[in-house]
Amino acid sequence: MNSDNAPEERESHMLPKTPTGIGGLDDLTLGGLPSGRPTLLCGAAGCGKTLFAMTFLVNGASRFDEHGVFMSFEERAGDLADNVASLGYDVDGLIAAKKLAIDYVRIERSEIEESGDYDLEGLFVRLGHAIDTVGAKRVVLDTIEALFAGLTDTMLLRAELRRLFAWLKDKGVTAIITAERGDGQLTRYGIEEYVSDCVILLDNRVQEQVTTRRLRVIKYRGSAHGTNEYPFLIDDEGISVMPITSAGLGHHISQEPVPTGVPSLDAMLGLGGYYRGSSVLISGLAGTGKSTFGASFVDAACNRGEHSLYFAFEESPDQVVRNMRSVGIDLARHRQSGLLRFEAARPSLYGFEMHLARMNRDIENFKPSIIVVDPISAFRGPSSEIHATLVRLADICKTKGITALFSSLSGSGDQLDETERSVSSLMDTWITLRDLEANGERNRVLYLLKSRGMNHSKQLREYRLTNNGIEMIDAYIGPDGVLTGTARLAQEAREREAALERQQATERRRRELDRKRAMTERQIAELRAAIDAEEAEVATLIDQEQTRETTLNADRASMATSRGKRL
Amino acid sequence: MDDPSLSGHPAEYYRLRLFVTGSTPRSTRAIENMRRICEENLQGRYDLEVIDVYQNPESTRDLQVIATPTLVKILPEPLRRIIGDLSNEDRVLAGLNIAPVAKSSRSPP
Repeated sequence: MNSDNAPEERESHMLPKTPTGIGGLDDLTLGGLPSGRPTLLCGAAGCGKTLFAMTFLVNGASRFDEHGVFMSFEERAGDLADNVASLGYDVDGLIAAKKLAIDYVRIERSEIEESGDYDLEGLFVRLGHAIDTVGAKRVVLDTIEALFAGLTDTMLLRAELRRLFAWLKDKGVTAIITAERGDGQLTRYGIEEYVSDCVILLDNRVQEQVTTRRLRVIKYRGSAHGTNEYPFLIDDEGISVMPITSAGLGHHISQEPVPTGVPSLDAMLGLGGYYRGSSVLISGLAGTGKSTFGASFVDAACNRGEHSLYFAFEESPDQVVRNMRSVGIDLARHRQSGLLRFEAARPSLYGFEMHLARMNRDIENFKPSIIVVDPISAFRGPSSEIHATLVRLADICKTKGITALFSSLSGSGDQLDETERSVSSLMDTWITLRDLEANGERNRVLYLLKSRGMNHSKQLREYRLTNNGIEMIDAYIGPDGVLTGTARLAQEAREREAALERQQATERRRRELDRKRAMTERQIAELRAAIDAEEAEVATLIDQEQTRETTLNADRASMATSRGKRL
Repeated sequence: MDDPSLSGHPAEYYRLRLFVTGSTPRSTRAIENMRRICEENLQGRYDLEVIDVYQNPESTRDLQVIATPTLVKILPEPLRRIIGDLSNEDRVLAGLNIAPVAKSSRSPP
């Protein structure tokens, strides 16, 4: 029967896989659990083995049209259904629709007496019957090791379990077998010896009073798989595993700017905004308006019709909305239109891994184009862990092309905060908000500490939080450095006065010149008049001279004539 | 002690189910053993039903059968299961809460 499939499988080198429908797990196993084979799921008590297994079945029945059988050795069918109802699984509905069967196998040591040899054929028949009744392709045995507590002949049990797993393979069902973690080995009774195609270990560790669930694929015969420990979470939306696959830096980058929501800041960045898909850190002291920058960014994105996700770690969503209304940013309407979603949680609620897993899931579900994390400094713990968490969050955002804005409360003084120092290298753009205290007042200034790949302004700029959002004020850089607030105003007034004075002086000089010019011209006219007068006099003299000459000549001639003619 | 066979729990009636798998040697052996034990110890006050799980798989669920053969004592309370081919008679009697005295007291006369 399998002869048709076998050559194909060999040719494509692909092991057929059955998707679990658990976000992330299918990614890290490259498709799911091995089809038609048993998988061992082990972990200590309270790790979520049963929920994991149930999720596998419920997803199979409701999403992949693969019916399932849950054989429970620990919990009654009713309890099981109730327990998973909190995850939104309608087990009873699936049972009624004949898509799922739950068989509770009760083994009570005190009820059982052994007399002579036996086998577990009854269990086989029972399981086989359940499989045939619903046409199951998926089977869960939770926790089969309970058999060891009920029956004394472990040699026989082991032989029978081996036979059971072989039988499940023959049946072609994809099975999950759960087992308790044992000392020094994966399971208490060493059944990993028999189920060796795929082994998944669940773990629930407490560190600094915070628990983190982790999952590791120990073994996956015939397939590549992610080998790290991955955090996973169980909450009202089911189970999700968070594969940190983006260890490489090969993500696609964008040249497109995303407006910051503050026009002058866009101009300062020299590009018109942050790069899409970049990570932005806004650090500053308390009350410098870090959240307001975040909210402006969100507001601008929502106004463009983009989805925004706001992770609030210190304030409740309503509080953020109210506070932002006071600076003229109306986030409530974006919330109503569904473009903006808030996810608020206290940082101490879970460990970093859990927060990360949760954020990853929210990002997966909501598919925002920008996210705001306000603030990252709320996370307390070893900086290496915070760093690792934020690296991965930044990576997730980068691979998805999401622009991420992180705010961080910095300590007073010029020293960089531990958190800031550890994350600064991750950030593409880092805006620092500061208070300048002088002349008995406090003024807010910002500067761009860095912005990768942008020809950004190096100026210190004053800004104000007004009723209309953030307003940047042109920088005044005087001889004594940057002036802000009233000092700036006073300086500006002085400047205006000086300008006026200068203007008046110029006017005065101009009038003086006019006057001088008029005077000079008058003098020129006078001189010219004098010359003219002299010229006229000289001309008269010449005339007179000529007349006298003529007269003299005439007189001399007449005198000569009279003398000669007489003689 | 007029009737030694009724010693112990004279008034009690035994309702027993024996789950077997077809006609395997082990099943056959269990049925034979059980019939003999019942005849010897519970004559006239028992009801033994032999169920083939292959024929009636649903029944395994109702009475929580996992191993075969399994003898389930439904009555008298409390419910007991005896698994195996029932070749160890003392264990069977202990499981059924029938005093082995019944057999030993009957043998001497």
